[in-house]
Amino acid sequence: MSYITGVGLTPFGRHEGSSSLDLMSKAAQAALDDAGLKRADIDGILCGYSTVSPHIMLATVFAEHFGIRPSYAHAVQVGGATGLAMTMLAHHLVVSGVARHVLVVAGENRLTGQSRDASIQALAQVGHPDYEVPLGPTIPAYYGLIANSYMHEYGVTEEDLAEFAVLMRAHACTHPGAQFHDPITVADVMASKPVAMPLKLLDCCPVSDGGAAFVISCERTGETGVRIRGCAQAHTHQHVTAAPALSEFGAEISIARAKEATGLAISDVRYAAIYDSFTITLAMLLEDLGLAGRGEAAARVRGGHFGRDGAMPLNTHGGLLSYGHCGVGGAMAHLVEAHLQMTGRAANRQVRDASIALLHGDGGVLSSHVSMFLERVR
Amino acid sequence: MSEHLGDWTKGEQAIIYQTCTSCGHVQYFHRAFCAACGTSDPLEQRASGEGRVYATSLVCRAATPETRAHVPYNIVLVDCAEGFRMMAHGENNLGIGDEVTASFAPFAGKLVPFFTRRK
Repeated sequence: MSYITGVGLTPFGRHEGSSSLDLMSKAAQAALDDAGLKRADIDGILCGYSTVSPHIMLATVFAEHFGIRPSYAHAVQVGGATGLAMTMLAHHLVVSGVARHVLVVAGENRLTGQSRDASIQALAQVGHPDYEVPLGPTIPAYYGLIANSYMHEYGVTEEDLAEFAVLMRAHACTHPGAQFHDPITVADVMASKPVAMPLKLLDCCPVSDGGAAFVISCERTGETGVRIRGCAQAHTHQHVTAAPALSEFGAEISIARAKEATGLAISDVRYAAIYDSFTITLAMLLEDLGLAGRGEAAARVRGGHFGRDGAMPLNTHGGLLSYGHCGVGGAMAHLVEAHLQMTGRAANRQVRDASIALLHGDGGVLSSHVSMFLERVR
Repeated sequence: MSEHLGDWTKGEQAIIYQTCTSCGHVQYFHRAFCAACGTSDPLEQRASGEGRVYATSLVCRAATPETRAHVPYNIVLVDCAEGFRMMAHGENNLGIGDEVTASFAPFAGKLVPFFTRRK
């Protein structure tokens, strides 16, 4: 068995003067403190990448900087799915006895460390270097293509997508660490600057500075335990040109595998932490995972289903869309928030019952998927 | 080794695709083998340039000075008549399902496939 024994998260937004290593260290220290562990207890380190400070050996760079000599360490790169992929690996390392306490960490000064153009340009490189990138697509354009086709197939409108941005902003308004605290409306989203149609500025996550970390352990260190019940991945393609048909989404494959691995059903889930790089990403993943019927997710948002007091509270910290997106750490914030909810520490955001949480991460252009179930044990 | 034809990615005004000589799998990204069955040397052919729009996204925010000069430009995915999907540029008013035909247009210092509605 494996447990998430500690979590750490910095505020997202501007951290002027902080390097990627600074943000990683801050989050890592918070996770260690939360777990009640010391540096010497950590025998495994997994870390994400930094587009601002790329390094071929970031995990050992971090280990040296932070002051740990682990028996297992390396970086992991699966785009937006990296955080959950590292958690899945940590789970297996702990379960198989390779390590006792694995520190999973990521952080990046993506907002203040480079220009927005540089960020957009760096991320567009997930496209094919010969057959896509020369055409000048951006990450929003890759997802704009997917949005265009999904909306056409299932009758989803731009106003429907806007609901997800409004919901994530409403949640962010209740979290002091979120990058954005001004409430927005569907009309605001519709009137925001076009980026890659049908996606407008408020359909897109921001670029942020921030860091996040967790400790995955073979035994509980606190009173309330959060156990990794099981997880699974699916990788269907890299480039949107090579993506499978709308009927064969990777998220459907990975969630089916995760359900099989755990014996859990979607009806068991009480809290959802779902990747939301764009409004379309969140809408599609909710429907792929079975948290809403096809084309029905927006109606559920309007009905309050995904709110703090709804039947399926979702990303109560504000998600990538409004808590912010600092790269790998961005989606790790979803897990930190799930952990706070499951352990009853989410303050004014606390939901009634977060006994079982479903987490899902997506990397590339719906290319790489990780689904994970967490369970509270007392 | 079959002849390697030049396409738009190499500066030629052509769209090239590959067909596996063993299993018949059609692929657009050039490889020395069939990605479905592994057979070497898939047959390279020039595509007709005819197809149907699968999806579009009008880019209004570009990230480099060279691409910004073209904003807005329409990124399209086209299902080509020969059975492969490709990314290209297209007329700004193209919609899903439109029958289109390819020509080539300058973009950021290169000629790229540009689809227009079939007359």
